[in-house]
Amino acid sequence: MKTAWLTALALLATSAFAQPAAAQTLINGAGATFPYPIYSKWFDEYTKVDPEVRFNYQSIGSGGGIKQVTARTVDFGATDGPMSDEQLKAAPSELLHIPTVMGAVVATYNLPSSPKLKFTGDILADIFLGKITKWSDPKIASLNAGVSLPDQPIVVVHRSDGSGTTYIWVDYLSKISSEWDKKVGRGTSVNWPVGLGGKGNEGVSGQVKSQPGALGYVELAYAVKNNLPVASVKNAADKFVTPVIASTTAAAAGAARSMPDDFRVSLTNPAGDEAYPIASFTWLLVYRDQPNELKGRALAKFLWWMSHEGQKYADDLLYAPLPAPVVKQIEAKIKQITYQGKPLLAAR
Amino acid sequence: MTPRARRGVNVLMSWLAALAAGLVVLPLLMIFAFLLWQGASAVNLDFFTHLPKPVGEVGGGMANAIVGTLMLLALAAVLGLPVGILGGLYLAESRDRRLPWLARFLADVLNGVPSIVIGIFAYSVIVLPMRRFSALAGAFALAVIMLPIVVRTSEELVRLVPASLREAALALGIPQWKVLLRVVLPTARAGIITGVMVAIARVAGETAPLLFTAFGNRFWHQGLDQPIAALPLQIFAYAIAPYDDWHRQAWAGALVLIGLVFVVSFAARLATSGRFTGVR
Amino acid sequence: MAVVAAVPRVEAQAAPRNLGDQVLRLVLRAAALTLVLLVLAMVVSMVRASWPAMRAFGWRFLATSTWDPVAEQFGAIPFVYGTLLSSLLALLIAVPLGIGAAIYLAELAPAWIRPPIAFLVELVAAVPSVIYGLWGIFVLAPLLRVWVQPALGKTLGFLPLFQGPPYGVGMLAAGIILAIMVVPYITAVSREVLLAVPTSQREAALALGATRWETTRIAVLRYGRSGLVGAILLGLGRALGETMAVTMVIGNRPEVAVSLFAPGYTMASVVANEFAEATSDLYLAALIEIGLLLFVVTVIVNALARLLVWSVGGPVKAVRE
Repeated sequence: MKTAWLTALALLATSAFAQPAAAQTLINGAGATFPYPIYSKWFDEYTKVDPEVRFNYQSIGSGGGIKQVTARTVDFGATDGPMSDEQLKAAPSELLHIPTVMGAVVATYNLPSSPKLKFTGDILADIFLGKITKWSDPKIASLNAGVSLPDQPIVVVHRSDGSGTTYIWVDYLSKISSEWDKKVGRGTSVNWPVGLGGKGNEGVSGQVKSQPGALGYVELAYAVKNNLPVASVKNAADKFVTPVIASTTAAAAGAARSMPDDFRVSLTNPAGDEAYPIASFTWLLVYRDQPNELKGRALAKFLWWMSHEGQKYADDLLYAPLPAPVVKQIEAKIKQITYQGKPLLAAR
Repeated sequence: MTPRARRGVNVLMSWLAALAAGLVVLPLLMIFAFLLWQGASAVNLDFFTHLPKPVGEVGGGMANAIVGTLMLLALAAVLGLPVGILGGLYLAESRDRRLPWLARFLADVLNGVPSIVIGIFAYSVIVLPMRRFSALAGAFALAVIMLPIVVRTSEELVRLVPASLREAALALGIPQWKVLLRVVLPTARAGIITGVMVAIARVAGETAPLLFTAFGNRFWHQGLDQPIAALPLQIFAYAIAPYDDWHRQAWAGALVLIGLVFVVSFAARLATSGRFTGVR
Repeated sequence: MAVVAAVPRVEAQAAPRNLGDQVLRLVLRAAALTLVLLVLAMVVSMVRASWPAMRAFGWRFLATSTWDPVAEQFGAIPFVYGTLLSSLLALLIAVPLGIGAAIYLAELAPAWIRPPIAFLVELVAAVPSVIYGLWGIFVLAPLLRVWVQPALGKTLGFLPLFQGPPYGVGMLAAGIILAIMVVPYITAVSREVLLAVPTSQREAALALGATRWETTRIAVLRYGRSGLVGAILLGLGRALGETMAVTMVIGNRPEVAVSLFAPGYTMASVVANEFAEATSDLYLAALIEIGLLLFVVTVIVNALARLLVWSVGGPVKAVRE
């Protein structure tokens, strides 16, 4: 009995210590859940492009991406709320924001027969401030004539973890509502006045799906892939716009023309008739000077691949691909990634 | 009260107590039935042999997480058992003054410390200095959780070894260390194995301390200093997600995990029922 | 069982005679010291890591209820409240059931049925937390939302405890899940305590003509009272620190609400949710301080529980949980 047991243990232990036969480079990343569907697709496809490299991405939230890349416990981070100047200063060395795709944050809800709803930024802010508590509230009803709204409490669902999706959402609410700006403000986690917390975009969509009367915000892909309805929102040009890929791209039209060099730009509430007002880039966070040559080169190669070939997967997964001028800028940025001062991808 | 009323109360209370016992085990049966109903359909060959699919795509499996959990457990056992068993032996045998009392007390304290707190500890002493989430950090956290259980059961079992046995050995002129290692430990063996299995069963399903140590991995493990997938982590991630296929896989994963835990628990039972009867 | 304490230790010589004995002694002592040092290291590392928050907030940390990562204002009240309320709720359900079951198993049940039921109880304790959470999300929460909460709201809705919209997830769900999870501990330890009550106590009562139940009530329960309190405290210790299942069903909202229908948050679950992603140093320190607080509270509860359980069974027993 004992010997058999010990043998089993010893076998397991040695298997644990043994390296896998084909030594692959494992590159660890963590962060945003907003682009997780496309990232996991990319990392899966990329194993065919470069079988020597595996990208292990854990969607723990943008706050986590920033924290863990700053602590250097992962090789790259991911966020959809750009890092603040203080956060960049707190990092041990220079971090680059590399945009990957654009996405829309949508208001999604759980109501009988899933009617198409319209919202304004003010109403959304009032709901999330706890000032509008019922679906039958006259403010909502007057916007949505012809929809029968139940006399049911609105169950607000928000993120419980640090989240770039939250950042985009509250960034928008702050721009629209001065009360929101004063009381709650911007950040990857905020002090929510009302609601239930769900972990990740996954958790929020899960809660909305199972909770009658729920209203939450998630990345477009999460809503569509789970057959949840999405609301159209009034933009800066006073038009109600449905979140789709085209209206997300339209939101970036202005930013694409005058992209700052560090790519940290907010796309919320932009001008333009077609623009959906709650959209954003999402970024990978990589160190400009890579601590490991092998990993650094693999990472740079991957960045190149995703900003070119990788973009074709965006449409299917309901993200908006990068605008062409931005890709040009990214190319230049990727070439600045170095290992001990030597560029990793110079000759292209 | 009349004797009749007293007998009535007696019967009533017996039934109430039986009802309480029934209610205590009822959730187990409900959960087990539900696991079988929801999870069995997703437990197929793919589940044991494939890696997870990208988000939202149907299919794939949890092979890496199953292997990962087994490896974490083995590694935790390697780290925790020697210290635990020797520590237990010390508690049972030592005639030092303060250390045994302190160690016994701290073992019980450690046993009550929430596993999430142990996760924080492992993060600060292993993950931050190593600059990496790793299988090692996860196994360390699990080993710390196992430690007090192993220490205290080993102590208890070593104490149960009849004094006459040692005295006989000592009387033959065998040095004390040989008596301990060759007579006392082997006699207590079955019981100690039970303790070890109880400890393994207890940590097999731990999720909280792995969240920020083992971290999870979409692929096969790449060495001990790298993040590793674990069944409980995978179940948690899939359970809170909105995808129906992931829910099915979460149930399936739960079924496999609970199977693992129960098999180890049963094995622990068998180990004791056989040779060493005075134990329980 | 009671024989245990009576086993005499080997009376060995004053000084170890040979090298082997000395080496073994050193090794054993080192193992025990490792354990001690481990706990010490845990305390030291947590105090050090939470120092910035302690300096910034002092005692206010325990007296304010704002949890605002944007403004870097952190107060622990909602988490302490959520932890206490959910644990008390759990005990309210688990104590009668657990002690009832223990009485059944130790005193009243027919002998043949005791081992299988005791084993099932052990298995209830062996089910991993995350599986309870899974079950909580998909079975318990919908059950509460559709049936239990509306019914409670209708009948007892005049009490502030049962007001508000039925979410399913929330304090009530957390309390019930916790009750399911701690009840096997309470049952197992209480059973050990009851079994440790000397048979002479029972025989005396039975000889006076008492029924089985009267014997239990008069002789056994009274004798084992402090041990039973210890068992309950052990259950409380478990409930306070339980993480995954609670995180999955409590709603994760830092708020002090009276209603059991409302979502809440616990100390353990805020750490689980936010620890890996606290972006500023102060935020992280505040989370670790919550972890430290949890550590201190569980240590106190467990230490008390041990002393009480030991008072009945002796220090060697009662490791079975």
